[in-house]
Amino acid sequence: METVNIQINGMPLSVPKGSTILEAARIGGIEIPTLCYLKDINEIGACRICMVEVKGARSLVTACVYPVNEGMEIFTNTERVRHSRKTTLELILSTHDKSCLSCVRSGTCELQQLCKEFGVDDPNAFAGETIHYDFDDSAAHMVRDNNKCILCRRCVAACDAQGISVIGANARGFDTHISSAFDKDLANVSCISCGQCIVNCPTGAIVEKDDTDKVLEAINDPDKFVIVNTAPSIRATLGEAFGMHIGTNVEGKMVAALRRLGFDKVFDTDFAADLTIMEEAHEFLDRVQNGGVLPMITSCSPGWIKYCEHYYPELIPHLSTCKSPQQMFGATMKTYYAQKLGMDPKDMVVVGVMPCTAKKFETKRPDQAASGYPDVDIAITTRELARMIESAGIFFKHLPDEEFDVPFGESTGAATIFGATGGVMEAALRTAVETLTGETLPSVDFTEVRGMENIKEAAYDVAGTTVKVAVASGTKNAKVLLDKIKDGTADYQFIEIMGCPGGCINGGGQPIQHAVVRNFVDLKARRAEALYRSDADNAKRKSHENAAIKQLYAEFLGEPGSHKAHEILHTSYVARKKYE
Amino acid sequence: MKTIEELMAIRENAKKKMTVREDTGDEATRIVVGMATCGIAAGARPVLNAFVDEIAKRDLKGVTVSQTGCIGMCQYEPIVEVLEPGKEKVTYVKMTAEKAVKVVNDHIVNGNPIVDFTVGAATK
Amino acid sequence: MYRSHVLVCGGTGCTSSNSLAIIDALESEIAKKGLQEEVKVVRTGCFGLCALGPIMIVYPEGSFYSQVKVEDVPEIVEEHLLKGRLVKRLLYDETVTMEDVKSLQETDFYKKQHRVALRNCGVIDPENIEEYIAFDGYMALAKCLKELTPAEVIQIVKDSGLRGRGGGGFPTGLKWSFTAANEADQKYVVCNADEGDPGAFMDRSVLEGDPHCIVEAMTICGYATGATEGYVYVRAEYPIAVKRLKIAIKQAREYGLLGKNIFDSGFDFDLHVRLGAGAFVCGEETALMTSIEGNRGEPRPRPPYPAVKGLFRKPTTENNVETFANIPQIILKGADWFASMGTEKSKGTKVFALGGKIKNTGLVEIPMGTTLREIIEEIGGGIPNGKKFKAAQTGGPSGGCIPASLMDTPIDYDNLTAIGCMMGSGGLIVMDEDNCMVDIAKFFLNFTVDESCGKCTPCRVGTKRLLEMLDKITAGKATMEDLDKLEDLCNYIKANSLCGLGQTAPNPVLATLKFFREEYVAHIQDKKCPAGVCKALMTYSIEADKCRGCTACARKCPAGAIEGKVKEVHTINTDKCIKCGVCLETCKFGAVVKK
Repeated sequence: METVNIQINGMPLSVPKGSTILEAARIGGIEIPTLCYLKDINEIGACRICMVEVKGARSLVTACVYPVNEGMEIFTNTERVRHSRKTTLELILSTHDKSCLSCVRSGTCELQQLCKEFGVDDPNAFAGETIHYDFDDSAAHMVRDNNKCILCRRCVAACDAQGISVIGANARGFDTHISSAFDKDLANVSCISCGQCIVNCPTGAIVEKDDTDKVLEAINDPDKFVIVNTAPSIRATLGEAFGMHIGTNVEGKMVAALRRLGFDKVFDTDFAADLTIMEEAHEFLDRVQNGGVLPMITSCSPGWIKYCEHYYPELIPHLSTCKSPQQMFGATMKTYYAQKLGMDPKDMVVVGVMPCTAKKFETKRPDQAASGYPDVDIAITTRELARMIESAGIFFKHLPDEEFDVPFGESTGAATIFGATGGVMEAALRTAVETLTGETLPSVDFTEVRGMENIKEAAYDVAGTTVKVAVASGTKNAKVLLDKIKDGTADYQFIEIMGCPGGCINGGGQPIQHAVVRNFVDLKARRAEALYRSDADNAKRKSHENAAIKQLYAEFLGEPGSHKAHEILHTSYVARKKYE
Repeated sequence: MKTIEELMAIRENAKKKMTVREDTGDEATRIVVGMATCGIAAGARPVLNAFVDEIAKRDLKGVTVSQTGCIGMCQYEPIVEVLEPGKEKVTYVKMTAEKAVKVVNDHIVNGNPIVDFTVGAATK
Repeated sequence: MYRSHVLVCGGTGCTSSNSLAIIDALESEIAKKGLQEEVKVVRTGCFGLCALGPIMIVYPEGSFYSQVKVEDVPEIVEEHLLKGRLVKRLLYDETVTMEDVKSLQETDFYKKQHRVALRNCGVIDPENIEEYIAFDGYMALAKCLKELTPAEVIQIVKDSGLRGRGGGGFPTGLKWSFTAANEADQKYVVCNADEGDPGAFMDRSVLEGDPHCIVEAMTICGYATGATEGYVYVRAEYPIAVKRLKIAIKQAREYGLLGKNIFDSGFDFDLHVRLGAGAFVCGEETALMTSIEGNRGEPRPRPPYPAVKGLFRKPTTENNVETFANIPQIILKGADWFASMGTEKSKGTKVFALGGKIKNTGLVEIPMGTTLREIIEEIGGGIPNGKKFKAAQTGGPSGGCIPASLMDTPIDYDNLTAIGCMMGSGGLIVMDEDNCMVDIAKFFLNFTVDESCGKCTPCRVGTKRLLEMLDKITAGKATMEDLDKLEDLCNYIKANSLCGLGQTAPNPVLATLKFFREEYVAHIQDKKCPAGVCKALMTYSIEADKCRGCTACARKCPAGAIEGKVKEVHTINTDKCIKCGVCLETCKFGAVVKK
């Protein structure tokens, strides 16, 4: 690799050519603060917190975007630099709603942390005119509070990176604010509820809609039977909210915490993931054998579904009619399980713990009420669960490992990997191939569809026919495949699409990681690794091996794809406009 | 457009139409036509136009045609004065369009004032 | 063949004072007299002397009529065009002396000027390509394509010493060579016609008066740098410029001077016009390109520079209108000719838009190195109403002021920078003793606060806070500590802003602080505005010995702040007074005083 020689704070350093000052400084063990910078997607140099001195330069230099060159002498901690950064923070604070005591991001706020680091001692140093903005709480999944916005544009970049771009800067100068076109409410534009803006927001300007009160209310209601289920990826990320290493599997502690929170039953969405595979694999084989619409596209990700409905309504027939695992789970609880318990489904409250903000929207979709009552009552995010655990005074790190309740705690490795991009495809292949060939797979590892690439393709020879599959995560990447379907150049039979880049492990409901982590740690890969490790350690790795599933079909549903299964486990979609 | 010659041809042609706007300064020969009511009544307009056309036809440089008011000898109208730098002013009287063409030819181009048309001859 | 040409200014200034109606009246009067075959009416671009518009020149006499009204037209036609008698009362008075009528070029306003960029403005019909060609138009392009290599063209521009006229003063030839050096499948030429400095309108005048020279220069630039497409980014507020530019492009295409294989050289070039929506920041080159690309006009960090990744991320050369306007002449007359004008490091001429407290407001083009004194006292005709010159603001909201003590500074890029000013695009606003310098700083800062794009923190929030500090000073509520804080914030914004807009926004404050600090101190410590501008620091009162009790002031006072009975001394209630000054204007006895 070609390198250049530079000096940072007098320390000689050799760094790869083309590095930015920010990257070079990290190599030298120095972290230059950033606010607006998101590697690859928001390299706009707007916040000016990363300014450094460069010998010979006319003014201060933007470390996040300025490339190093041979002989460059950089100073990251001079009085001038420190004074500038502090002034920048003071100016930001002069327009910022400083109600930190009650802010959900207190403690995870990047602005708060920088103010502490730079010793901002007077938050009102530049007190002056401020503009009051009304909340936008029109959307099902989140609230935007521009009074806390610092205009770093990370949310805009995250939305652009998803190919959505429903938020951007409106007005200019001091009046600049982030909102949708014509200041429309988020509910009236083609937002897909993915929540990528939330996890990229440095402050409390964008947060999920908090539904924890509803959960607590249900738990405290003696007449309600409250069932919680946790999505595959939650066990791989929840620990981060308690300061644990990224990629720590905390399944046992999570179950223990949920039990201590007072849920009547602690089940695993993984069970429903296995169920999804049974239905989806059957649907796929049916489409292949009976001339159905191909390629078939997975339907687990509600952000992706909403994207398809807004942007590619003509491709709706390609979507699998299977409900998502969360909804299948709820539907099974309120029909089969309620029947088994002899309970009126109206007394049942199903709570999903999801990596996803679009799940909040999904619970309110039409055709998601198999029992006559909504399949799922409340969907909360990983972050909301973490807050519930925290406020209940539970020492998460010190909890013992506990097991899910039976019978819907049982799951296979195939279900666990649903949480990472390619996981659904791999799980479906494990079942579909064995169903088609009637033989046991020599190896269940379909490694071609694993990994964090934007788009993955593979072809498998199954009982003499070639099955070509593709996997995309992030709606912008999905667009590439969808355009291929539209112009007739897609020769795939089966496509997996996840709305968020990397899949659920990087969902909009996952624990907040500061931009510096997102920029320099492969967050997605490390979280996904925990899931694949769990899969490998599981004795059962194919959905059709799940005993509880077998029992469910035997006792209630009959066959995968049966009429009853369709009534309970399948749904329909609607074409949506881009603007209301 | 393929060649410089094409462009130059357009330029020369366009220039001719714009000579009237050239700032010729003190070096110019000025032909001044009396255009008061008396001059116009006596037929100064065709004379003026004949000068303009003839000068354009011959593509003469450094010659301007302008008008003036009543010179005070109304019975001799149309009156035309030719002012050349460093030379005596020549005043032609009772001009016609035909005479104008001849003045351009003999006087302006060849430098021979036409004595017969001058005020001197007329007052003799 | 026409014996007479009547040139009427069709620039924006004269158009808004009704020159189009004058043209209509002229044409109908001429037809009425049967002169339509003899007299041609030409609508031109700006003559520069906008203070005297609408302007009309009658050739061959070269008579310069000013402030012409529609009602004057029959007289001009009857007397001048028909009978050949000048209408002296309408002639520009500078051209009329006791014994003679002078030519326009000999007047004070024009004689010190040297027109290169503006050479065709007010001379040709901008909507007629042949008139441009008559004045050697497209000869420079022909010369480049037929006789010079791209490298030779760049060398000529380099040797001429031409520097960017848009503000920064970057050497134009060097800029071209950067783009030329970058290999790419597509390169662009961009003309920045997003003129936005308050009071500056030289680019508009060039586009209105001589649009073909921009078309020609951009094509030359394309040839020199290897670009085949160009964009002119022009403000939508310049409808006449836009229209003429579009006509020029259409005509150039028809004559084969744009398009494929120009002059049979194998070189292709074409131009597009893009309209700006009036954001000042779009004059910043990266914001301008972002806007052309169809996005919100916001600057982006450099590097990468436009020569590497510019418009649509392709190598791009961007110059402003006036810079381009010099190019054809440089090619035709040579680098040495251009370099013979101006100072050591600033060659050629510069167009200034004179405005403010000056007699001859308008456009002037002068050789670099002319002193401010010459511009104001000789060309500009001095300060009206016998007032004293106080300072001149150059560079608009990005620039600074030149005080009276530096009036003899020869104006060029480096001298202006040395005194904390900047050339900018050439707005020159003259201020007299009645201007409060704190108020002036506030005016310009108000402009940048309004025009900040809002992308970076220092400019979005910093300039706003700066303005609030100035408000505090002019309200008499500031302390001397605030003055230090003001200076500190200025330096912070300069060093930390993303683009030129923010980096230069504090200049009007810093420059006035440098030269007129005592005025700031007077506002803060004495609670007085020496120029009597800042309302909060003024009080109106009635001098008892002069007041006759006529009640005139009390009757006019909109705030009901004046009390007193008939024939008794009146008093002003300062709590109610809104300091509108009506009483001062009304009082016939000089009893009302402003302090």
